[in-house]
Amino acid sequence: MVLFYLFGTVAVVASLLVVLQRNPMHSVLLLIVSFVALAGLYILLDSPFAAVIQIIIYAGAIMVLFLFVVMLLNAHKEDDPPAGSLTAGGPLRIGAVLAVVLTAELIWALVRAEGTRDGLLAGGAGADPGTLGSVRELGRVLFTDYAFAFEVTSILIIVAMVGAVVLAKREL
Amino acid sequence: MIPVYFAQVGIIFATFGLLLLAAAIMVYSERKVAAIIQQRYGPYLVGPKGMLQPIADVVKLIFKETLRPLGADRLLFMLAPLISATAAFAAFAVVPFGAKTTLFGLLDTPMSLQIADVNVAVLVIFAITSVSLYGIVLAGWSSNSKYSLLGALRSVSQMISYELSYGLSLASVIVVAGSLSLTDIVNAQAGTWLGFIPRWFVFLQPVGFVIFMIAGIAETNRAPFDFPEAEQELVAGYHTEYSSTPFMMFFLAEYINMVTAAAVATDLFLGGWHGPWLPDYLGWIWFLIKIGAILFFYIWMRWTLPRLRYDQLMTFGWKVLLPLAAVNLIVTAAGVIYFGY
Repeated sequence: MVLFYLFGTVAVVASLLVVLQRNPMHSVLLLIVSFVALAGLYILLDSPFAAVIQIIIYAGAIMVLFLFVVMLLNAHKEDDPPAGSLTAGGPLRIGAVLAVVLTAELIWALVRAEGTRDGLLAGGAGADPGTLGSVRELGRVLFTDYAFAFEVTSILIIVAMVGAVVLAKREL
Repeated sequence: MIPVYFAQVGIIFATFGLLLLAAAIMVYSERKVAAIIQQRYGPYLVGPKGMLQPIADVVKLIFKETLRPLGADRLLFMLAPLISATAAFAAFAVVPFGAKTTLFGLLDTPMSLQIADVNVAVLVIFAITSVSLYGIVLAGWSSNSKYSLLGALRSVSQMISYELSYGLSLASVIVVAGSLSLTDIVNAQAGTWLGFIPRWFVFLQPVGFVIFMIAGIAETNRAPFDFPEAEQELVAGYHTEYSSTPFMMFFLAEYINMVTAAAVATDLFLGGWHGPWLPDYLGWIWFLIKIGAILFFYIWMRWTLPRLRYDQLMTFGWKVLLPLAAVNLIVTAAGVIYFGY
């Protein structure tokens, strides 16, 4: 439980600092810290596989590319926000409304999930969590029960990749 | 009889010390082997046959002034070598280097020679390797120097490119062994075929082994893939601006990464501590011999092969190594399904 609060606090504080402080390079690094804290939470949930994958994919691969972009743009410090952009009345109000909606949704979801919590935890049964069984089980479920979602996601990623190549390389 | 947790703490300190020692031995043998290959003497003044040279180097580095470029990002400039060194040590924590042992009867229950027996050990090593990239990137960026930045960029693009082949060759071993735990993978390689061929995965996965070794050399930024520090073009790459102890940390991290890469290769492909003649509890001797052989191969490569051109490196990684690794994985998976485990 102590560990849960430790990781939770680190994740929340790091995430807040990502948006609150101004140096983009530090923001990226704080985001990585937050991802690592999340991985710690996954381990507490008896799911080392998800934790390690979280670090490999998010903290390792994706954030390196983020870092690349920030480095190459050489954005040392965020300039003062130009007047009349995001801080203007209109966008600010929309943002506030969206934030309230998101909070309401989260509360609703948590209240609804209260009764089914034990059911959710038992859902992954069949395999002993944290052993290879869970990895094997995960793979089996992914390619049978969720095969459609899996394939759709892969098509989505391919489309994004092709799009990026087309955008970046005008004459092929 | 000493309690097990006491022995665990002992193992942690022993591993830490042995890694430092291994790095020192590597520095010495690299210089000595290079000297032999180039028909020179190499270090021979400090200590018997120059064996204390690494210690002299360390003392020299500690007493140098720590310089920091004017435009450098203070926090990140100091953080980068720490990340590199920490990640290098952390990766070894899940590598087993010997069979379960009672330490010659000192313990009641046998204990495995490994700091943490994690059941997803292979992936943990992979994760720590990918995090250790940040040490290099941050060093390059925070130095506020063109050479450092270019070195870091090259290093990252190289490591990302080769990480894929590295991962795929790992995956083919995992498929053959049916486990993500390094201890299980090593134990799956016990025994022999036909009485004389050891059941090492290198014989089941020759292509995988070659890919793993090549990608491993690229991951540890060794020649002929040492672009991050191609001294003719980039002075010293990402650690150009570092001096004194921070520089030493990068240096240390580099050598410890090599030792870890060799240890992982031994566990995955060369049967870990399994070998003929020696009883199981002395298996770590086999382990050391195998690691030594791989490390010698690394040094040998460095002083034999010239550096590739950067575009050749990228082409080779993406157009040769990656497809080969993917085909190897598919063939392996098909074989496992067809023949069973």
